[in-house]
Amino acid sequence: MAYWLDMDSFNGILKELSADNVVYAPVKMTGKGAFSGTDLVAYREISGVEQIEFKEKSRFSPKEIVFPITQTLLYFTEEEYAVPGTGEKGIIVFCRPCDVNAFKRLDEIFLRNGGRVDSYYRELREKVRFFVIECAESFDSCFCVSMGTNRADGYDVFIRAAGGGFLCDVRGDLATLFEKFGGPAEMSLRFIEENKTKVSIPESVDQSVFGHGIWREYASRCIACGRCTVSCPTCSCFTMQDIFYEDNPNRGERRRVWASCMIDGFTAMAGGHGFREDHGDRMRFKLMHKISDFRKRFGYNMCVGCGRCDDVCPEYISFARAINRVDALMKEAVENV
Amino acid sequence: MSNPYLPFRAAIIEVRRETAVDFTYRLEADMQVAGGQFVEVSIPGVGEAPISVSDFGDGWIEMTIRRVGRLTNVIHHLRPGNSLFIRGTYGRGFPLERYAGKDLIIAAGGTGLAPVKSLLNRYGGNPGEVKSLTLLAGFKTPADILFRDEIERWRRQHRVEITVDRDDAGGWPGRVGLITGLIAREPISQPENTVVIVVGPPAMMKFSTLEFIKRGIKQENIWVSFERKMCCGIGKCGHCKIDGAYVCLEGPVLNYTTAGRLMD
Ligand SMILES: Cc1cc2nc3c(=O)[nH]c(=O)nc-3n(C[C@H](O)[C@H](O)[C@H](O)COP(=O)(O)OP(=O)(O)OC[C@H]3O[C@@H](n4cnc5c(N)ncnc54)[C@H](O)[C@@H]3O)c2cc1C
Ligand code: SF4
Ligand code: SF4
Ligand code: FES
Repeated sequence: MAYWLDMDSFNGILKELSADNVVYAPVKMTGKGAFSGTDLVAYREISGVEQIEFKEKSRFSPKEIVFPITQTLLYFTEEEYAVPGTGEKGIIVFCRPCDVNAFKRLDEIFLRNGGRVDSYYRELREKVRFFVIECAESFDSCFCVSMGTNRADGYDVFIRAAGGGFLCDVRGDLATLFEKFGGPAEMSLRFIEENKTKVSIPESVDQSVFGHGIWREYASRCIACGRCTVSCPTCSCFTMQDIFYEDNPNRGERRRVWASCMIDGFTAMAGGHGFREDHGDRMRFKLMHKISDFRKRFGYNMCVGCGRCDDVCPEYISFARAINRVDALMKEAVENV
Repeated sequence: MSNPYLPFRAAIIEVRRETAVDFTYRLEADMQVAGGQFVEVSIPGVGEAPISVSDFGDGWIEMTIRRVGRLTNVIHHLRPGNSLFIRGTYGRGFPLERYAGKDLIIAAGGTGLAPVKSLLNRYGGNPGEVKSLTLLAGFKTPADILFRDEIERWRRQHRVEITVDRDDAGGWPGRVGLITGLIAREPISQPENTVVIVVGPPAMMKFSTLEFIKRGIKQENIWVSFERKMCCGIGKCGHCKIDGAYVCLEGPVLNYTTAGRLMD
């Protein structure tokens, strides 16, 4: 069912939903950007629709809502430990189609990989409902069409900001609420059908490209800052950390914190022995996971083509271009057979 | 909802000194173990680490832990009556069915002897299960030799060859030289009926497997056990991934046809 709502009625809905839900959306924070004078768009809790950034792409993804940057797994005293709760409220996430698809990929890792369910992730993930923001036009760095992630399914509400109000396609039990505040409307869903950036995913990537010179080129450019993985909606790696509280050394917690295969120490073992010390090898490892390794396990690619990694790289390294270069190398290899 | 990160408390029943930096801990724990698998061991507030189960029996498991850092330093102060926190067991162990009726050679470097210890004990007690068993073990110096008592027992059951890289203190009556030398000299009468396990530091594993291949052992008859940084043990944290494989899930024991193709 579709409804039209003006800003006040949409806020009426948000107010009612807020009783039982925490609402997260992309918010523009003026002057908080990576470069001076730029703004940062990231996920925050909101109370009114006017706070939502509908136009710009968010720099960080909504993954931190279900996979927090730092998450306590256990609290302990000397003798006991306890598991923190996540509260009773549901979670509403305003995000774009590629982001909904990214959650599906996080689900594979946290809920299915290796046959064990990550209970911390599941507890948060089960509460999530998506309010999808329609992409009116593609951003320059997006390549969702190439990745097949331009369409989203599994949402509760699909929103088009139009004529000072909001046109909403509503599914499931929320229809009653939207009916109360909005007027009936017609809506056909629109998805991005073409991006400026296009990638061609190689059908298979074999190890012949592993030793190729392109990785040496990335080795000299990439500074291993990890921004590409931090902003990526599908990067899911973490490191365990135990800490004691300074004011009470008998109490502490075990946490997990985001980790990045691009940053030093990711593979470091006792004795300081590490693998993939070369930044180019890390680039290759990340790329292989995003467009090949994950697909071998789950049948589709991990990368959703959101382009955030390209937006944030301080060295102007383009992941989309790297994919195309590997694809070209593979095609060359086939021709030379 | 079951929480895969929750450890349980396991009391330490016995502590044995192997070398100045390696201690064996026997814990009270009722676990299903296959030789070669590992557990995540922790002390709340200090840290958690993957450690191989070196031996196990009814109601107990043993681990041999080397002191190298934050967690293992603290573990080395623990005594019987103290406890450790455990979760697991994780990973794939050795496929024993592939060794039945074969000549089995185990090549272990240093602490790599820990993950194969339960196998050596098992075949000692069931001599008919494999056609023959040979242990080739290499240590840095005589002071680094692990499981001295067990080695003496194994010598009475299987063929055992020990070598040390160097004998600084002097007086070591045994062989001096790299383990690859032992492999090169090892009499292998039926390479096609011989299966091999190689466990140890990365360089030792690399050169040892190459030496076995040179000696005519088929790649599909070689198994290795990989060590990688691991934070979860259950395919979530991503640290142990090499190429398309998660070492904590598909390993740590891997057949060489897989392991040899993985590229970091
Ligand atoms: C499957 C498996 C089985 C294992 N079995 C055994 C076993 O049976 N026995 C055993 O003793 N060990 C075993 N290990 C190794 C064991 O897990 C490590 O020795 C342990 O994690 C060390 O923990 P720690 O807190 O004491 O040391 P840490 O304090 O974590 O580190 C030890 C050393 O590693 C280096 N290091 C760590 N992190 C970094 C970093 N980020 N950057 C640079 N250097 C770093 C440092 O030099 C430090 O001194 C196994 C590992 C695996 C994966
Ligand atoms: S485009 Fe970059 S940031 Fe976006 S999903 Fe793919 S790898 Fe991650
Ligand atoms: S953001 Fe760019 S420089 Fe930083 S780790 Fe990623 S590719 Fe390297
Ligand atoms: S140890 Fe975490 S994924 Fe393997």
